[in-house]
Amino acid sequence: MEPLPYPDRDRLLWMYRQMVRVREFEDRVKRTFHEHPGMIRGHTHLGDGAEATIVGALAALRPDDYVLATYRCHGYLLTLGTPPAQMMAEIYGKATGLCKGLGGSMHLADPTRGFLGTSGIVAQGIPHATGAAFGIQVRGTDQVVLCFFGDGATKQGAFHESLNVASLWKLPIVYVLENNRYQAYTRVEMEDANAAAGEPLAVKARAYSMPGLTVDGTDPIRVWQEVSTAVARARRGEGPTLIEATFYRLSAHGNIIVPPPVPLHFEEHEAITVYKDPAEYEAARQWEPIPRFRALLRELGVAVEDELRDVEEAARAEMEDAVRFALESPWPEAQALECLYA
Amino acid sequence: MPRERAYIEAINEAIVEEMQRDPSVVFYGQNIALTDEDPMVKAFGRQRVRVTPISETAEMGMAVGAALVGLRPVVELLMTDFMLVGLDQVLNEAARMRFKSGGQVAMPIVFKAGYGFAAGWSVQHTNCWYSLFLGAPGLKVVAPSTAADAKGLMKAAIRDDNPVVYLHHYLLTLVPGEVPDDDHVVPIGLADVKRAGDDVTIVATGWMVQHALTAAQQLAGEGIQAEVVDPRTLAPLDTATILRSVEKTGRVVLVDQAPRHASVAALIAAEIAEAGFRALKAPPRLVTALDYPVPYSKPLEEHVLPSVEKIVQAVRGVLAA
Repeated sequence: MEPLPYPDRDRLLWMYRQMVRVREFEDRVKRTFHEHPGMIRGHTHLGDGAEATIVGALAALRPDDYVLATYRCHGYLLTLGTPPAQMMAEIYGKATGLCKGLGGSMHLADPTRGFLGTSGIVAQGIPHATGAAFGIQVRGTDQVVLCFFGDGATKQGAFHESLNVASLWKLPIVYVLENNRYQAYTRVEMEDANAAAGEPLAVKARAYSMPGLTVDGTDPIRVWQEVSTAVARARRGEGPTLIEATFYRLSAHGNIIVPPPVPLHFEEHEAITVYKDPAEYEAARQWEPIPRFRALLRELGVAVEDELRDVEEAARAEMEDAVRFALESPWPEAQALECLYA
Repeated sequence: MPRERAYIEAINEAIVEEMQRDPSVVFYGQNIALTDEDPMVKAFGRQRVRVTPISETAEMGMAVGAALVGLRPVVELLMTDFMLVGLDQVLNEAARMRFKSGGQVAMPIVFKAGYGFAAGWSVQHTNCWYSLFLGAPGLKVVAPSTAADAKGLMKAAIRDDNPVVYLHHYLLTLVPGEVPDDDHVVPIGLADVKRAGDDVTIVATGWMVQHALTAAQQLAGEGIQAEVVDPRTLAPLDTATILRSVEKTGRVVLVDQAPRHASVAALIAAEIAEAGFRALKAPPRLVTALDYPVPYSKPLEEHVLPSVEKIVQAVRGVLAA
């Protein structure tokens, strides 16, 4: 096996910039519930805590590769370069939205940047990603698909059926299992036989004769290295890999689920609201990916304080602009519906 | 010169011709392409023709992903009853993918499945589930009744950039019919008048078209000229052709193998009631399956399903009203 390269300075700074942008975007979405009540409807899910996994994994891709993910999708698009203004406008239901206001937060898609879409139904996007890899194989190119999903999805048939076919056909795909410890409100050890037995979820790969490994999903460099190895393997035509990235979701599963006219908002994390275990949540906060990565960059001498602060300020300004753009954009007309059929 | 061939041969011919025409068409499903001697494998190779595990969710869901990257998958699902196992992928994924992206992606998929196998296949393999698919705007649904339509609609379905549920009727599998020799494409969304008549309109789909034509022949002996209209496409429904016929005859019998309250017949009756009420000389009559599962025993199966006799009686009824 080739030795894993260490990311260069530019890539490290790029990673930090993307992680900060993802966090800032999610913070702005969350703040919308009290800053602009009523603007975000339905159910919205945030990726704070997942930044290192999202950015580390996507850093392993080529621009012509494909990505599919779940309804918790904002971070992937931001990292792939989708303008946050279009994303925020979509989340606000505006005509200028990425999907013309037809999809909303759960259904962002940007095929021009390789992000083929999501499913709002747990695990049901996994076969889509697997089918994209099948398409690559039929066309005979050396592209790769990254497929993101959560720990809860691994109890769905769609997960098992897809991994079986992907391994059987040696499809060019890397499955990134984001184990954030909670399936919606249920703790993973309450609903996963491997977790209950004290084993990593990555052992599921054994059932499908593919490599499976667990990586610290709060460390973007480790994620980048492991996903790079798996992507290279997939590109060589040697088949899929299951990578379990462990981290802690820092927000609640989503905003509260209530009918109108009750205003929507985010409650505290389920560790606090359901399990009355604030200590668990505080411990997770001590292990946050962004401050740790920031400290590492300082320690390695990759960046000085001013540079990092510039990155953070730029992200704040960028997301402020995105919110303003979304607020000022017009509502869609009924004509938008006409795209139903091609 | 049109040649005669079986319904199933016409379907297969359409798939082969489209695969020859367009290298992005792929064909896969359970228990197909099992040996290297398989004609599809020989013609197109194992990349484009594949046998899958019994994994309907993966089979149908992978079609969505393959379509997203430019393939045109034809998924052989054998029976619509099997599609139920992974129905999310059809109703809530394939049918939604383009819309929720704001029109950024196309979904050229054919979900091919048999239905209505009323030959002692009992309760779980005989169903007519099409009303499920009609509840998912974004899908197109076709149900050919002749070999020519079977070929022409398969070609149209493969060329369509939207997900098409292609329903072939099991009891028509071996029924021969003339099929034009050229590149025969039947446009999706176009009904066909299978028999002209002035006295009464019979609207029927799939296997029921044969029943309706047999009934029409019997009725002709009594001096009654029935017009038989086959919608061919269930979504989008060609209500204009149906309404034109009803305006001419003023009387309509709707025949459907599905249970009454999940039938296309009920849907068409509502369209006629709303848009063609003034033309009606008698209330529409529905001849559908009874609201029971299809039972195993032959006399019970016949009791539950529509028959030529039930159609004839219904026609006499609307003429007497």
